[in-house]
Order: sequence, then structure tokens, then C-alpha cells
Amino acid sequence: MKRVWSIGIIRGLIFQLFGTGIGVIFFTTIRTILGLGWKTEPTIVVGGLFGAIFFLIGLGAFTDWWRAALGQEVLEPHEAHKFNGIRRYFEFTLDHKVIGIQYGVLSMILLSVGGSLALIFRVELASSGLQILNFVQFNTLVGLHGMVLIISILTGISAVSNYLIPLLIGADDMAFPRLNAFSFWIAIPASLILLSAMFFGGFETGWTAYPPLSVRGPMGIQMFFLGVYFAGWSSILGSLNLITTILKMRSPGMKMFRLPILTWSVLATSIMALTATQLIGLSFQLVMFERLLGMGFFTPSEGGNPVLFQHLFWFYSHPAVYIFILPGLGIISELLPVFVRKPLFGYKWVAMSSLAIALTSFLVWGHHMFTAGIEEYLRVPFMYSTLLVAVPTGVKFFSWVATLWQGKARFPVPMLFTLGAIIVFLMGGLTGPPAGTVSTDLHLHDTYFIVGHFHDTMFGGFVFPIFAAIYYWYPKITGRKLNETLGKIHFYLMTPSFLLMTFGQMRIGLLGMRRRIADYDPNLGFDSTHLLITIGGFLIAISVLVFFVNLIRSAKKGEIAEGNIWNSRSPEWSLLPSPAPINNYENREFRVVGNPYDYGLTGSKYVELIKSEEIKNEVES
Amino acid sequence: MKHIAIVTVLVALLTIVTNYFLLSVGLLPVEASTQATIIDKLFNTHFFIISFLFSLISVFMIYSLIVFRNKKGQDEDGKFVTGSTKLEILWTIIPLATVISFSYLGAKSLAETRIINPQAMTINVTASQWAWSFEYPDFEITSNTLYLPVDNQVNLQMTSLDVIHSFWVPEFRVKQDVLPGENLVKELRFTPSIIGDYTLMCAELCGGAHAYMNSPVKVVSEADFQSWVDLESKADDLNPVQKGEKLVKNNGCIGCHTLDGSASVGPTWLGLSGSEKSLMDGEKIIVDDKYLMSSILNPNQDIVQNFSPNIMPSIYADLFSKEELEDIIAFINSLH
Repeated sequence: MKRVWSIGIIRGLIFQLFGTGIGVIFFTTIRTILGLGWKTEPTIVVGGLFGAIFFLIGLGAFTDWWRAALGQEVLEPHEAHKFNGIRRYFEFTLDHKVIGIQYGVLSMILLSVGGSLALIFRVELASSGLQILNFVQFNTLVGLHGMVLIISILTGISAVSNYLIPLLIGADDMAFPRLNAFSFWIAIPASLILLSAMFFGGFETGWTAYPPLSVRGPMGIQMFFLGVYFAGWSSILGSLNLITTILKMRSPGMKMFRLPILTWSVLATSIMALTATQLIGLSFQLVMFERLLGMGFFTPSEGGNPVLFQHLFWFYSHPAVYIFILPGLGIISELLPVFVRKPLFGYKWVAMSSLAIALTSFLVWGHHMFTAGIEEYLRVPFMYSTLLVAVPTGVKFFSWVATLWQGKARFPVPMLFTLGAIIVFLMGGLTGPPAGTVSTDLHLHDTYFIVGHFHDTMFGGFVFPIFAAIYYWYPKITGRKLNETLGKIHFYLMTPSFLLMTFGQMRIGLLGMRRRIADYDPNLGFDSTHLLITIGGFLIAISVLVFFVNLIRSAKKGEIAEGNIWNSRSPEWSLLPSPAPINNYENREFRVVGNPYDYGLTGSKYVELIKSEEIKNEVES
Repeated sequence: MKHIAIVTVLVALLTIVTNYFLLSVGLLPVEASTQATIIDKLFNTHFFIISFLFSLISVFMIYSLIVFRNKKGQDEDGKFVTGSTKLEILWTIIPLATVISFSYLGAKSLAETRIINPQAMTINVTASQWAWSFEYPDFEITSNTLYLPVDNQVNLQMTSLDVIHSFWVPEFRVKQDVLPGENLVKELRFTPSIIGDYTLMCAELCGGAHAYMNSPVKVVSEADFQSWVDLESKADDLNPVQKGEKLVKNNGCIGCHTLDGSASVGPTWLGLSGSEKSLMDGEKIIVDDKYLMSSILNPNQDIVQNFSPNIMPSIYADLFSKEELEDIIAFINSLH
């Protein structure tokens, strides 16, 4: 019993349970003192809030800060490796590599949950008529599918950036290790609260939670808001940490234009996440207050304006799309040169295009509202700014193609997923402009065309690249390679199934299939296409199962990865053994002496070890 | 140079093939309004650009992956090329020019779809969970079917009683969200161009029976429209049951209450009056005129078991006169 109690995550979960109870009792007591009776909705909100804070207390997330506040001694992060082996993944640990893997596992768990939710409603949609779900269940599943996967993506990109950024730039850890661990662990109660929406009546609004519908429907929406709110904290604090790390902790000689290109994408993403996430938190908070306290922000009969919410919501949620995809595009740019043995074409242009996408993303939110009834004079300017995004995105595509041109391509599994990502993202990119010009969007808005379009961008910009990244860096984590055959089965099963799914979605969307409907008229003739989409979805799920089997099996039985298995110039492969040592580059400090991707230039080096005498000299001087 | 020449030819061929495929496969529904014709013209331009860019990127990619790949037994590096400022500028400027001209075309297309005909017939559209209602102020007619005379522009003045809905008939292409709030009445104009039956669908998730929030749309000749108007205008000599039937059909009641005994969001009306029901608190009641009246005016008060509160709007005290409410109850009573 005592051993179980000593495990951080279990302690946290028990604390969350009790904390929720304490919150409920606390709030009910106050209501009783004020002479008010039981009211479920505010009670569960207060309970959820208490639960999340108690989880972090139980886990020990505040212990060091509390001690520091009391003036007691606190260990330096690199001395604070209290746990070893598998155990450290269940604790409040400060090592960025452990946190990266924690994020990664959470992301994959949420990916499975979110994907499974979709499989349920895909069964419902496989033919017309209502078979297994009622309306509220269907709407809840659709909304949770969206938001659970958004959090899966956010934690997935945090996994990549946390594990890799310090290794890529030669830092010994992130700038603020405790804040880093805090950002991860707050995502756990956030996910639990979000999923609990299912047990409080669900919600009917989809992930966009537009009022006045979100003000009226079942109270599960409150758990949805609260979960997203905490996940937003994770995102904001994590990006603050990454920006500081990238700007301040690079190895000697690593000028900004010698950064590994993934670092640029992560920097651009983090700038967006740091400055935009507040808006979704605040807009959801306003609806929470509207429901709890009767403040009429968005309900016209109370003097509010429903369109205002959409502005606030999309001001985050459009940049969010680029937050999701930029790290993935960075992974593509990072891996392509390694596997074609050729420099990344136009490094500076690729780096700057990430920043350009980040900047433009703040100017385009209105294109989600072309039919919403926004002021007439806003639609055309938003169309111009929206289509502008195509320019920096185009630069990326052209640079990838130019990198491939005359490159000596080889095709191990990470390269397959990289190429798959380019093709799928191309589909997402090409189907964007019709939705970006106002008059064609009048037809496309809120149809399955949009569903197909954004699944292409999310898979091309996140799912395929993150699989590429896992196949590529898994040996750095475990010291063993993932099985190639299983990897190829994964790829060749998932890619055609996915294309089948999204082409099907876009086809019926153009012909008049609306989004988020549990049933459709059989006279429209969509039944067979819907069945194909469902089959595609299930095949993707099977391929991902193959991937999970591979992940677990290869950790013990995989081929041992010794040395620079991909023959990469990047420091984590050329200087470090696998698995990466606990203190990164301790005793292997390096300086940057060349460009990161000069493959094919004989005798050139990107990094070189600093000899120990030189370090002493530097310290003395 | 040889490679570039081959690839250029392949890109051109694939562009033509892809574009032909996209145009011939029938991607869009029938063009049944003047606006649809304008919008589809822009769609076709989009399809061409999509075909070209798809071919450009995929041919270059696949060609280099096949032709330049690392062959078995080799272990060579690729050609050392780090970039080309000229090319980068080229593929920044050309897309920039393309998107600006596209935005210009988009704005022009939008403007064409919105040309106003001052003679357009006004119809007041009211959306509510989960039904549409159409009022023709010129003829003092209210209907649950949208009758439109062909080749005449209509001016829809749209409002919602509860949440956001969206007006969409795929064959007309244009779409407009319908917002609640007196100061947020939204306008949508279009000119139906082909006589026929269409379906209006709510395109914005509005909870519950959103999937079923459809209404028939009938585009008819001007003569047929006139005879429909004449028929509807003679509604005064109807008896209370007929008047009630008209009211419930035109105000969306039957979106949630079926007339044939099948289950839906609200209780079915078939055999409702006179039946015994259990309320949420366990009390048993007989459905009489008094209960029906109070349920219409205060829908959340006495909910029958297995139904949810907060679904039916509490607006009917303002919407209907006392006589109209009595007509509705007379109609419900007639259903056995």
C-alpha cells in the first residue's frame, strides 16, 4: 500500500478524487449557509477546479516552489534525478527527455481515445438512419473527438519539442525544468476533466462551442470548458519555456541561421501558442460565467452578441491550426536532407516561412466566419489575408521538392512517412483556397468538404510527421530500432485508407453533405461513400494498432541501434550514444563549426567537440 | 536540362488529365440559381489551379524519387546545392501575384452574387429548434414550405428564435447563418433559375434534431406561384381544427412532435389528449385542455417522464393569440 502511495501519478489521482469531493462539500456548505439549495452545475465546476489543483498538490508539483518560498534549500535540476528506470515516467521528474516521453505517451493515449470516439460515430454514419446513437450521444462524441485530438496534437508537439529541442541545440535541459514538468502534469487532470464531460450529460455544440447553443444545452459543456482551460495553461507555459530555451541556451557558435530547422518551427509555433491561447481560454470562461452567473455576453436577449464569441474563439483557433502543423512541417524539413543526402534547399527561406506563417495566421481568423453574418466590409480583406498564407506555405513545398531534386533518396520507414506527410499535406493545402475565397466558401462552409480538408492538413501536418519522428528518434530514446516490416505495414495500410477517407468526405461535402449530422437523407445517395469512409477510418485504426504493437515489442526485442544509424549531421546522432545519456552533453560539450545540412560537401562538419582543456580555459577566462 | 524537359511535359499532361477528371466527375450539385452559376465559374478556376499545382509538386517529387534515388549497392550523397535566391524569389513572387489575382476574382465573384434587384420579393424566414417558417408579408401568408417563383430574386430577411442556424440549399450554393436577436436580422438574396423541388437544410449545428431541420423548397413558374398564393389566402373559412393544423405546420411544432405516433424529441400528439401520463416527480395526470395549454406556455413546468426540459422554447405566449392556441389544442384533440 505504501509503495503504491509513493508513486506520484497514483497519489495525484487519489488527491484529485478527494479534491473534487472537498470542492463539492466546500461549495455546498457555502450555498447552504447562504440558504440556497443544491445546484448541480456550479457544484461540479467547483469540484473539477479543486480536483485539478489537488492533483498537482498530491503529485508534488508545488513542493519545490513551496520550499523555495519558505527559504529552504532546493536541489538544482540536474542533481534532482530521484528516480530511475520505468518509475521516473510516473513521477514529477525534471529531465526534459523524460517529460518529452511523458508527453508522447499521453499524446498517443489521447490519440487512441479520440480516434476510438470517431470509430463509434463512423459506425453510426456508415448508413443512413439512426442505428446505435441518439442525438446527444452523437453530438458529444463528435465534439469530444475534436477536442481530445486537439489536446493529443498539442501534447504530441510538446513531446517532440521537449525531447528534441535541448538535444538539437546542445542545452543540458529546458530553461525552466520545474515549469516544464508543471506544464506536462496539468495536462493530465485537464484530459480527465475533459473526458468526464461524457458523464455529465455530454454536450451538443461540437468542439467550437458556439453560444447561444452552448449556453442552453446539457451541462457536460462545463467540463469541456474546464478541461480545455487547463490544457491551455499547459500550452502557454510550455511555449514560454521553449522560446526562452531556444533564445538563450544554444551551444557556442550556433547562430540563429545555424539552428536545426525544426527549432525554427518550434520557435514560430511557441510564439503563437504563447500569445493566442489566452483567447480560447477567455472566450470559454465567458460562456462558463454566462451559464453560471447569468452574465449575458453572447445571448442577444440579454444584450449580448453571439458573433463576438466567434471572433474571440477563432482568434486563437485559427493560429492553433498552424500551431499544430508547423512542428510537423519542421520535422519534414529536418528529415528530408538526411534521407536524400543533400542540403535543405533554401534554409533561410524555409526558416523565415515558418515565421511568416505564424505572423499571417493572426490576420485570417475571419475566414471561419464568411457565412456567420460578420460585417460586410470584413469579408473581402479576410479573403486577401487568408490566401496570403499560401505564399509561405508554397515556399516550403517548393523547397522540399528542390531538396528532393537530384537527391539520392533512400526509403526507410521515417522517410516513407515524411513523403506521405508531403503528399497528404499537399491535398490539405490545395483544398484550402476554394474555402478561402468568399463566394465558393458560401457553398463549402460547414460541409464534409471542410471535414476532408482539415483532416488532410492535420494528418499531413501532424500525424504523418509525428510518426516519421517517432520512427526516426525512437532509437535515441530506447537504444533499439523499431521493426521495419511492421513500420512498412503501418505506412502502406494507413496512407491509402486515409486518402480514401478524406476524398470520400470531400466528394459528398461538395454534393451537399452537412457537417455534424447524425443522420442523412438516403435519397442523397451518400450511403455507399459513407460506408467507404467508415472502412477507411477502421483501416487507419488497425494500422495504428500495428504501430503500437511495434512500439511495445521493439522496446525489448528491437535491433540494437549503435552509433549514428541514420548517418545524420545533427549533434544528437553524431555525438551522443543511444539511448541519450541522462545529462545530455555533459563531458561532450560541442561547438557549431558549419551549416546543419551540408550533406554532400566533403570534409564539412556541423558540430565538433570542445576539448576539455579548452573548457577549463573558457571557464578561467 | 533533359530531366527538366521531361518533367515539364509530364506536368502539362497530368494537369490536363486531372483537370478533365475533376470537371467530368460531377463534383457539384445542379446549378439552380444565378448565383450558383457565378460561383461555379470560380470553382472551375480553382479546380484548374488545383490540377496544376497537384501535378507540379507530385510529378517533380515522384520523378526525382524514381530517377535520382539511391540505387542498390550505391551509397552516395546527393548533389551539393544549398539553394538559389533567384528561384526562391521567383516562387514567392509568382504565388503572391496568383493569390492577389485570385482574391480579386473572389471579390468580383462575391459582388456579382450580391447584385441587388430592388423589385425582389421579401420573405421573412424564422428558424427555431428544429424547424423553418416562412412569412410572405406581401400576401400575409405563413408557410412551412418555401415557395419561390422562378427567375425572380428573393430577399430573405432571416432571424432565429433560439440558437444559431444556417440557411443552405446546396443547389443554390449561397449560405447564410441565421442569428437570434432583433438587431441581428440577416439578409440573403438569390435568384432561383430552375423549376423543381429542393431541400433547405440547416447547416450550423443547432443541437438535438439538427440533422432533421430540413424544409421543402419549391421553385415554381410565376403562374403556379400566383395560384398557390390565391389558395393560401383563402384561409379564413377554415374550421378550428384546420386552422390549428396550419399553425402547427407553419411554426415548426411538428419538427419535434409527430402526428403518427412515432417517437421524437417531444411527445407524439397522436392519441395524446385524454391519455394518462407520469410526470418527472411521479405524479400521474390525465392530459386535458388545461394541461396542453400550460405545457405550450410553460414547457418546462410539468415534464412527462423520459422527456428533457429546456428543449421546447418558452415563446409561444407571445407568438400566438388566445384563439390560435385554442385552434392548436383543437387540432391536437382531433388526433386519435
